[in-house]
Amino acid sequence: MNMRFPGICEFESLCGKIRESKKDESSELCLIVSSGTCGQAKGSLAVIDALEKSLKKHNLDKKVDIRITGCHGFCQVEPIVIVNPKNIFYQSVKPEDAKEIVSETIINKKVIDRLLYVDPKTGKKIKHEKDIPFYQKQVRALLANNVLIDPTKIEDYIGIKGYAALCEVLKTMKAEEVIYEVKKSGLRGRGGAGFPTGLKWEFCRKAKGDVKYIVCNADEGDPGAYMNRSLLEGNPHSVLEGMLIGAYAIGSSEGFIYVRHEYPLAVKNVKIAITQMEEYGLLGKGILGTDFNFDIEVITGAGAFVCGEETALIASIEGKKGEPRQRPPFPAQKGIWRKPTNINNVETWANIPLIINKGAEWFSEIGTAKSKGTKIFSLVGKINNTGLVEVPMGITLREMVYDIGGGIPNDKKFKAVQTGGPSGGCIPEEFLDTTVDYESLEALGSIMGSGGMVVMDEDTCMVDTAKYFLEFLQEESCGKCLTCREGIERLLEILNRITEGTGKEQDIELLKELGELVKDTSMCGLGQTAPNPLLSTIKYFKDEYMAHIRDKKCTAGICRALVEYFIIADKCTGCGACMKVCPEEAILGEKKKSYIIDQSKCIKCGICFETCKFDAVVKR
Amino acid sequence: MMEALVSVESILDKWNNEDASLISILLDIQSECNYLPKEALITVADRLNIPLIQVYSVATFYKVFSLKPRGKNIINVCVGTACHVRGGQRIVDEVKRKLNIDVGETTEDKLFTLETVRCLGCCALGPVVVIGNTYYSYVTQKMVGTILNKYKKSKNT
Repeated sequence: MNMRFPGICEFESLCGKIRESKKDESSELCLIVSSGTCGQAKGSLAVIDALEKSLKKHNLDKKVDIRITGCHGFCQVEPIVIVNPKNIFYQSVKPEDAKEIVSETIINKKVIDRLLYVDPKTGKKIKHEKDIPFYQKQVRALLANNVLIDPTKIEDYIGIKGYAALCEVLKTMKAEEVIYEVKKSGLRGRGGAGFPTGLKWEFCRKAKGDVKYIVCNADEGDPGAYMNRSLLEGNPHSVLEGMLIGAYAIGSSEGFIYVRHEYPLAVKNVKIAITQMEEYGLLGKGILGTDFNFDIEVITGAGAFVCGEETALIASIEGKKGEPRQRPPFPAQKGIWRKPTNINNVETWANIPLIINKGAEWFSEIGTAKSKGTKIFSLVGKINNTGLVEVPMGITLREMVYDIGGGIPNDKKFKAVQTGGPSGGCIPEEFLDTTVDYESLEALGSIMGSGGMVVMDEDTCMVDTAKYFLEFLQEESCGKCLTCREGIERLLEILNRITEGTGKEQDIELLKELGELVKDTSMCGLGQTAPNPLLSTIKYFKDEYMAHIRDKKCTAGICRALVEYFIIADKCTGCGACMKVCPEEAILGEKKKSYIIDQSKCIKCGICFETCKFDAVVKR
Repeated sequence: MMEALVSVESILDKWNNEDASLISILLDIQSECNYLPKEALITVADRLNIPLIQVYSVATFYKVFSLKPRGKNIINVCVGTACHVRGGQRIVDEVKRKLNIDVGETTEDKLFTLETVRCLGCCALGPVVVIGNTYYSYVTQKMVGTILNKYKKSKNT
């Protein structure tokens, strides 16, 4: 199918027709099923299959649409099925529920109580998404669209004002005016560093060179962050439209999307979207009859965290190993094939159509003085409501953890929240009222980063957490700078010593000194921020380090060498479950009497602790 | 091996023998052969007209690539931050113990290869283990044996 349009007006008139035909859609019967990667991992495809069969059985398959969407954000209760027009929100739906959804809710117009979300605080059942506490403090400027569209249908995107911003730009704005608008909005890079986007575009526009490239950085490498994946899976056209507008403003005719290898569904949906754009004449030569040309190529990464760094990403796009290089020259001056290159994060690109459609003022009214707009975070770890949350900048960490996240599971005590991935830091309880913006998080020794927010409770060991990130970074360091390559390894050695109970008190000072050195002397962002998790945990959780060193104790019970497992005789029912699972035959005793653990044989795997239903196995 | 080399040739053609597409070429070869055979790397260097060391450096730099043949079932245990705080490392240890292999190794019967991945973006489901296209969520150490047995049985039937 090829439907290239001779001009913008012709395309707009088709868009008008599509929007008109979709106007009444919200009042029609429709089953919306969230089916991003986590939805699918929880069985959404089987649910869709069962719903289709049920509809067919009742001869409703022509009357009731099933809209397969990307992630809605509330991963904890996936798969989600929303029944329109009444917007009834069903959670944790299983294939066997499909029959009832069709017969009860679609045909008999009744709500199925047992599939509703129950507010754990009040015990009340909630019928609509908007009333669920998880969604209430969010401002879902980007994510809300995921619910409204099937990401594999360009018409759905056009239906929600998609490509209206592009038309507006091509029809009425000069390149400089677009840049001015983006600057005025105050949008800052969502990948981590927070550089003003409009300014970045201006550098690249003004750079000398006939060929310029733009790149969408979707190499979302921070473990525990997946908002980029969700946007690409759930609404790829919004990112692509942003790129088109950016290309027009910068004067580029070629773009790349660099996607992580671990995100197959994102790659698939982006490729589908690009094919549709080509069919509509939104890519290629003479886009919508103007003299603007633009093409996009999708490039898959191959598993290297450092490729999120701009210059390493450029090397990787050129087919080389992803080693960063010295800046300047900055990518805006010399990037891919030494041509001026502008790289922005997925979420940054997705914000562009919104800014054009709703205006820079609308955008800059959200947020704080220096951090504008909304930001998507992945709220994960020891938290009741795991998911993607989109909040206005300036919300407090406490609101995020307790109001949106619903607090810590199993009445455990909050210990820290880790932001910014391996380049970020751990923030303790005393700073929970800090606002979430670029400057405030940095002042605490952490960073905003790309939006990972991992909550930790009393059972998380902070020394182990620092060790975890350093292990990660030691593996991912490209090895170019000595201090990053060797420094991180030495830091890790010291930490290993501490977690094994052979640490010395001087180690803390040594860690600090070496950490600062790695920060000061590494070339790229990876090394410059690598010690952050370590230094922030030393700063806020020094007691825990000292307990490991002085008392040889890991209070969270994580560091193996410092933990012993015991069975409390009074609590042991003699069921023998622990003995059966012990891989080392270290549990001795007889059935119906209490068991004991032979410490000389115990490898501290913890499987007995996990297995015991009577809390008789304890760590100390 | 002949067959594998024929497919390497067609992969190179698909990417127009361009050295800028080296990573994509290697990804395609790996998905075809399950690993990167030495002969394939030599062919790639030859056809792209670049030194073998350049191909080798890319093949060893990126984590996805394996220069050793891998097992029929590749077990990927997520050790992203969210899975880690929920005990992901214990799951890795349990798989190691059950299969008697280390991360990156393959069992003698070539049935399993153990790999780890830093975040699959399914943090709500952690700890997560992926084998083939199947995601296992909220995995406990106790579940590991049951999960592995499914694949051992399918070998016999």
